[in-house]
Amino acid sequence: MLNTLDIARPVAARPSAQAPLLSVENLRVEFDTSRGRVRAVDGVSWNVYPGETMAIVGESGCGKSVSALAVMGLLAKPAGRVAGGRIMFGDRDLTKLSTSQLRELRGRDIAMVFQEPMTSLNPVLSIGMQLAEPLRIHLGMNAQEARERSIELLGLVGIADAARRLDQYPHQFSGGMRQRVMIAIALTCNPKLIIADEPTTALDVTIQAQVLELMKELSQKLGIALVIITHNLGIVARYADRLTVMYAGRVVEEGTAEQLFARPRHPYTLGLLRSVPRLDRPRAGLLDTIDGLPPNLLAPPTGCRFAERCFLRAAACEADPPLFDLAEGQRSACHRHAKLEQALAARPAAPPLPEAAPSDGEAPLLSVRALRKDFHVPVGQGRHGLVRAVDDVSFDVPRGTTLGVVGESGCGKTTVGRMILRLTPQTSGEVLFEGTDIASASAEAMRKLRLRMQVVFQDPFSSLNPRMSIGDTLNEPQLVYRKARNRREADERSAELLRRVGLVPEMASRYPHQLSGGQRQRVGIARALAMQPSFIVCDEPVSALDVSVQAQIMNLLTDLQNSLGMTFLFIAHDLAVVRHISQRIVVMYLGRVVEAADCDDLYREPLHPYTQALLDAAPVPDPTIERQRAARVLKGEPPSPLNPPSGCTYHTRCPRATAECAGIVPPLREVRPGHFAACIKL
Amino acid sequence: MLRYIVKRLALMIPMLFTVALLTFFLLRVIPGDIVEVKLRADGGNVSQEVIERERVRLGLDKPLVVQFGDWMKGIVTFDYGTSMWTGQPISREIGIRLGLSMQVAVMAAIVAVLIAVPLGTVSALFRDSWIDYLVRIVTIAGLAVPSFWLGMLIILGLLSLFNWSPPVTYTSFFTDPIANLSQLIWPALAVGYRYAAVVARMLRSSVLEALQEDYIRTARAKGVFERLVIVRHTLPNALLPAITVIGLELAFLMGGLVVTEQVFNLNGIGRLFVEAVTRNDFTLIQTLVMMIAVMFAVVNLIVDLLYGVLDPRVTNQ
Repeated sequence: MLNTLDIARPVAARPSAQAPLLSVENLRVEFDTSRGRVRAVDGVSWNVYPGETMAIVGESGCGKSVSALAVMGLLAKPAGRVAGGRIMFGDRDLTKLSTSQLRELRGRDIAMVFQEPMTSLNPVLSIGMQLAEPLRIHLGMNAQEARERSIELLGLVGIADAARRLDQYPHQFSGGMRQRVMIAIALTCNPKLIIADEPTTALDVTIQAQVLELMKELSQKLGIALVIITHNLGIVARYADRLTVMYAGRVVEEGTAEQLFARPRHPYTLGLLRSVPRLDRPRAGLLDTIDGLPPNLLAPPTGCRFAERCFLRAAACEADPPLFDLAEGQRSACHRHAKLEQALAARPAAPPLPEAAPSDGEAPLLSVRALRKDFHVPVGQGRHGLVRAVDDVSFDVPRGTTLGVVGESGCGKTTVGRMILRLTPQTSGEVLFEGTDIASASAEAMRKLRLRMQVVFQDPFSSLNPRMSIGDTLNEPQLVYRKARNRREADERSAELLRRVGLVPEMASRYPHQLSGGQRQRVGIARALAMQPSFIVCDEPVSALDVSVQAQIMNLLTDLQNSLGMTFLFIAHDLAVVRHISQRIVVMYLGRVVEAADCDDLYREPLHPYTQALLDAAPVPDPTIERQRAARVLKGEPPSPLNPPSGCTYHTRCPRATAECAGIVPPLREVRPGHFAACIKL
Repeated sequence: MLRYIVKRLALMIPMLFTVALLTFFLLRVIPGDIVEVKLRADGGNVSQEVIERERVRLGLDKPLVVQFGDWMKGIVTFDYGTSMWTGQPISREIGIRLGLSMQVAVMAAIVAVLIAVPLGTVSALFRDSWIDYLVRIVTIAGLAVPSFWLGMLIILGLLSLFNWSPPVTYTSFFTDPIANLSQLIWPALAVGYRYAAVVARMLRSSVLEALQEDYIRTARAKGVFERLVIVRHTLPNALLPAITVIGLELAFLMGGLVVTEQVFNLNGIGRLFVEAVTRNDFTLIQTLVMMIAVMFAVVNLIVDLLYGVLDPRVTNQ
């Protein structure tokens, strides 16, 4: 069904004569907090025209979701309220409607799809019930009619066996399937507009591509206008007709996708584009970053709000910039938009990365041999099932290099990292750290090894103890492991560590909740560095961060490797991020290594069909490239690890699979020199 | 499902055995026994020989292990023996009082749920308004006021307003429901107030929590009527944690209400328990403790099964 869509069709010229379907005019939204009044949205205007896809882009806290919630009349009460402006839907001002008029509109004319499919459906109500609700409320259908229409809707969003699945509950659906259900709910009453707030952020890359293709296809087929809210410029390049970029509660730039990606006219848009590592460009040195943090909206700066972080800052930026009209509908809120390209060209290019070349013949720092992990999981009625989370995984990490481990959720990559650190005992196999098998290491030997192997976790929000100051967090391991003799010495070393990761030593007296996500992740890295390790497992260290901060953290890791000769195991699901930072890459699927190669070889010529599919599904922030790419969306979902397919576990989704593939477990073999793949078709 | 229930019931056996072991031997550790209390109380001068004869009659002269074994054998065969004090079969002693205690407990639970669900929900919905403050004052008072004192106020009120005082004899629900209810509703109210306060406070916080959930936002985004958002989407989720509290409190009440029974002149399990303890009536105490343990275990099982009905995630795992 998805293949019928012709992505390459030219984008319909915006029918400027047409009246907008929804028009947000000079909207201001305020929240009362214990620390004062926050103006989360401050004079924002955007339009959506019938049938188009408009994307609102910006980092967390820029007000993009808040403006969408204001449209729906769903601002958190009583703290949030619309403080000014209009939201025109047709000839009605939504800010003036009564609660019951708004309720009639919601779900019928404007529907919304939310970010978190795992929590956005009610866990105690059946899917059928949740789908039927708007049909019965808005369209007055009876139970039978609603059920028939619900079956139709589930079919429309690509859920097989719809009649049976209607009686199931959300926990029986995977994340991607739940997001399909959310889309089906949004479609129930044939709305004129769907607002999708980060609809794919929580999903794996192949599922993300499926969901986005589905939304685009349905909106075109049914003539529904789509507003996609996202922080990921890559995903909108393929799907959005127009973009609105927001920063600190304001619109900083708007225009068509072609205009903004090819020739951004605001330094923030430019920064967003340049701070993401890209699969379609050669690996650069350090990433471009946007320095600093977004301003605190409790007391926003006067003048241009981006000035503090802007490389183009000048005296003119003291004044509030209006949205300057540029050519053909592109508008930018930068006083110096005309100077942007010139200034960019004058900037020195990033220095190339000094290639960390492993010296031949030297033994690798870490060797993993035939590692396996079985989990016994309850499968109901007191029975247990066996999940082989990791199966026969082997690799080497040479000293001073980074090995990237990439794969979708549930592929076993985190379990591998945990077994290397002996946080999870392995079922069988060996982990050799400098030749020592850590499984058989004594408690005393392990204590010594722990000093040399550290970890940085994914979630900087939950991996720091909220009741310990940053200083205490950093001091604790130093005192426990006698890295510092006393409290004063530990304080001194902590200050040095904070400086090393780009924070000020004064941070030591603060608590985690007072820090931003990026700052917390820097603290997490500092904590790992406190042990002066030679090896760090980075488990998705940047996936919870905004793109500009993600670039800062990746640059920090690169810098640490170059200056300290550190060795990394870098676990991630983002192919572009892994590529940027790794010398060698291991691709995992359902607990097995399907491909292993040097970074450049892998991306130049991916051999395994799964690697190819992953690369196909990864978005590239360039509309011209994206629209020319065929919609080769990987079908289906990863099978349940409780009941994996026979033979090659990938054969159920593989376009090249034949009957043979179900019979043979393909060994990982060297297809090209140094390039391994586990596929019998090669 | 049946498998699960059987498994849970089987798991009760070691738990109940431990309870039996502890109760039996702890009772024997305490100095003095029923014979002393019976014969030497009030300064009676009874010869040692009489006391020994009485001990032999009651089986207290046998080794402890034998006594314990006899008791266990009795329990397994549903023969709980006779009260050491009255000589009546224990099943009879408990039987005539259990109905009353269970009825008061169940009525209190009904009263509590009827009060707590609307109160807790309204309090959460109008958080930090005067309604919320009022509910919070009422529930705090419910926790602070002892049930027996509230019972005394109720009796005083009934006496002065209607010149009605609790009857001395207990009428079974099946002989005369009106008389029975008019007698037991007052203790149920007195106990139910505290019960309601506990549940309402629990429910208030779980409703507040549920209202923050993403699926409530989804429901509103679908245009669901606000009333349905509360009744259909919020309450079933919010009630889950409250059910645990309701169940535990019910089991607690079924074990008898010592002071409240006294105030309302009821001959329930609570009073029986106090009497048994003051008389060192070992056989009766042991059996009462076992009965209460069984009640707790069974109520917990029912709560867990109810969870499965209300939360599909539990059933399917």
